[in-house]
Amino acid sequence: MKTNGKNGHGEMVTLTYREAVRAAIREAMQKDERVFLMGEDVGSYGGCFAVSMGLLEEFGPERIRDTPLAESGFTGAGVGAAIAGMRPIVEIMTVNFSLLAADQIMNNAATVLHMSGGQFNVPLVIRMATGGGKQLAAQHAHSLEGWYAHIPGLKVLTPATLEDARGMLWPALQDPDPVLIFEHTLLYNMKGELPVQPVEVDIDKAKIHRHGNDLTLITYGLSLHKALEAAEQLATEGLDVEVIDLRVLRPLDTTTFIDSVRKTHRALIVDEGWRSGGISAEISARIMEQAFYDLDAPVERICAAEVPIPYAKHMEEAAIPQVDSIVAGVKRMVGEYV
Amino acid sequence: MSEFVMPSLGTDMEAGTLYEWFVKPGDAVQRGDVIASVETAKGVIDIEIFEDGRIDQLLVEPGTEVPVGTPIAVVVGAEPVAAAAVPVPVPAAAEAHPMDQKALVRPSKPEPAHNGKRVRVSPVARKLAEELGVDLSQIVGTGPNGAISRADVEEFQRRGAAAPRVEETAPPSRVEQQPVVEKPAEQPTKAAAQKGSTEFQAAMRRAIAAAMARSNREIPHYYLETRLDMGRPLAWLEAENQKRPIRDRILPVVLLIKATAKALVDVPDLNGYWVDDALRPSEAIHIGFAIALRQGGLVTPAIHHADLKSLEELMAAMSDLIMRTRAGRLRSSELTDATITLTNLGDMGVEKVYGVIYPPQVALVGFGKVMEQPWAVNGLLGVRPVLTVTLAGDHRASDGRRGGQFLDVLAKHLQEPDKL
Repeated sequence: MKTNGKNGHGEMVTLTYREAVRAAIREAMQKDERVFLMGEDVGSYGGCFAVSMGLLEEFGPERIRDTPLAESGFTGAGVGAAIAGMRPIVEIMTVNFSLLAADQIMNNAATVLHMSGGQFNVPLVIRMATGGGKQLAAQHAHSLEGWYAHIPGLKVLTPATLEDARGMLWPALQDPDPVLIFEHTLLYNMKGELPVQPVEVDIDKAKIHRHGNDLTLITYGLSLHKALEAAEQLATEGLDVEVIDLRVLRPLDTTTFIDSVRKTHRALIVDEGWRSGGISAEISARIMEQAFYDLDAPVERICAAEVPIPYAKHMEEAAIPQVDSIVAGVKRMVGEYV
Repeated sequence: MSEFVMPSLGTDMEAGTLYEWFVKPGDAVQRGDVIASVETAKGVIDIEIFEDGRIDQLLVEPGTEVPVGTPIAVVVGAEPVAAAAVPVPVPAAAEAHPMDQKALVRPSKPEPAHNGKRVRVSPVARKLAEELGVDLSQIVGTGPNGAISRADVEEFQRRGAAAPRVEETAPPSRVEQQPVVEKPAEQPTKAAAQKGSTEFQAAMRRAIAAAMARSNREIPHYYLETRLDMGRPLAWLEAENQKRPIRDRILPVVLLIKATAKALVDVPDLNGYWVDDALRPSEAIHIGFAIALRQGGLVTPAIHHADLKSLEELMAAMSDLIMRTRAGRLRSSELTDATITLTNLGDMGVEKVYGVIYPPQVALVGFGKVMEQPWAVNGLLGVRPVLTVTLAGDHRASDGRRGGQFLDVLAKHLQEPDKL
């Protein structure tokens, strides 16, 4: 992390997404002594994706806790600690492994408030890595955040920018109910500038990253950057595309994308998750329900191919949405007229 | 097979007299064709048909007066499988308003077809075509898979607007002076010729009386007024007109119409109808333009989609409307579609006009005379051409604050005449 001097927002620093997440954890631990981090290899090893590097030395083993390879056990411990008054951050190495903790997440974290007649909130934050692109193959590279967005009682966040990586953790910890944060593995090395002083962000609104009139690209996570790159390319060909980062998959900020579709009359959803029964299907359905008569073309989706994410580099690339497929999809939908 | 009923041509119409049939049994008709004229208290109105088909029977003889909603013709669909329209007979005593008219005469809507194949139309294109009254079967789609897109409809409308249907009886010609009054009618209305103007006058007075009494009884009006410095818009228009041949010159009232339409885009609450205890704002902006008749009385035919028309198109539309109004050749849609009324009594020397809203509309905009007045700017006194604009608003539908915003944006639009 290095300081760059001033630029309108006060002092700026250049840092990576990984460092932004680490700064968020550090700040939360400093501000609230009930906050602690636990997960596989988060302590001595510094985290599988090196997010928690140095935190063990700074905060000690009481608050940076290495756990056995037992997702159900330590996620359950997190649920219990949260009910008992702590503010745990549980790190699960990848979303594929979270399935071992699915019982704790769905049957306990998401339901205890309801099952206890409102007596017990579960102020738990679970962070996990998601997504493909690093040749980690079919047990480490899936995008299952859309599944979790199916479950009432959870809030599902997908920080795609440095600002959100830095800013979403604190409001997530303030939320009285369980919040899941999905960090795309390819984003950890993304570099950019942030103000030294943390910027407050919300955890309930989608964000329009680029304004346009011809079509709305609706996306989240890593795909946001592919969508923005596609929009840049399309702009050189005279197409004016709006790009929305959903940021929050549950509850969905329907208003933002419906308003946008009412303006552009076309929507293309880009989702690294699978198409069948995915979050892209939910978004498409809401557009049909609320903006059908404003559509100038059928809603389309660019999603992961319906296969386990392949290991081979060229096949993995072919399986997930890429800039070229987004550009082609937009052109197909717009037809001859711009 | 469907019934074509006597349409309601305004709030105050309970019955109409069939004046003339333009079709006979066996004739093929297309949506938008004028098939008959009907005499009402407001003159003889051409009646359009809203479906394609063939006339099977004519049920009413010319000269017969029948209540609104009475079947007057039987139409057979052009395609054997075309769904029958559902005629909704309206009891003569029922209160009719412009929305009834639409409900009444919107019959089966056959899919546009090219060689019997179903044509793809995007939902927003279909909606737009319906608003603009565009026939989708005339359009070639350029969207994905050949679907008709919004852009296709707009393009069609843009090209089509250059060649509107022209009435044979009264070819439109330019009106050189302030057109609202004074211009002698090209020909007496058919009704006047037929019945004698005294009786016609009395009927029209009764119709106006009914509508205005209802307005005063039901609508809690509020009034706002503001004065506008017309120096800039008039100077701009004068310079603009210098560049044009005399017959293409634009009258100041056209600026007022366009500025009103644009202000309604910004403040949509004033544009629409109050129906069933609720405001139904209209997306389309059809400005009812009050036109006085030489023999007395007035009608307010609609300038359709005033916000989408250029100044030249508005000028042409207005001249055409005035001509046909005075010739008694208005179309039914023009009489029923207005979403707001604009009245301009400036050329009568009236300084300002406080209007009575035409129900079920929810606002009326009044313009007075442009008069040279002392005008203070930056502590200095000058003489400027000043126009007083008033707004009569329906307090059920909007509040004074919205009305104030409307007048404010209206004034702003007028100060940027080159953008109108």
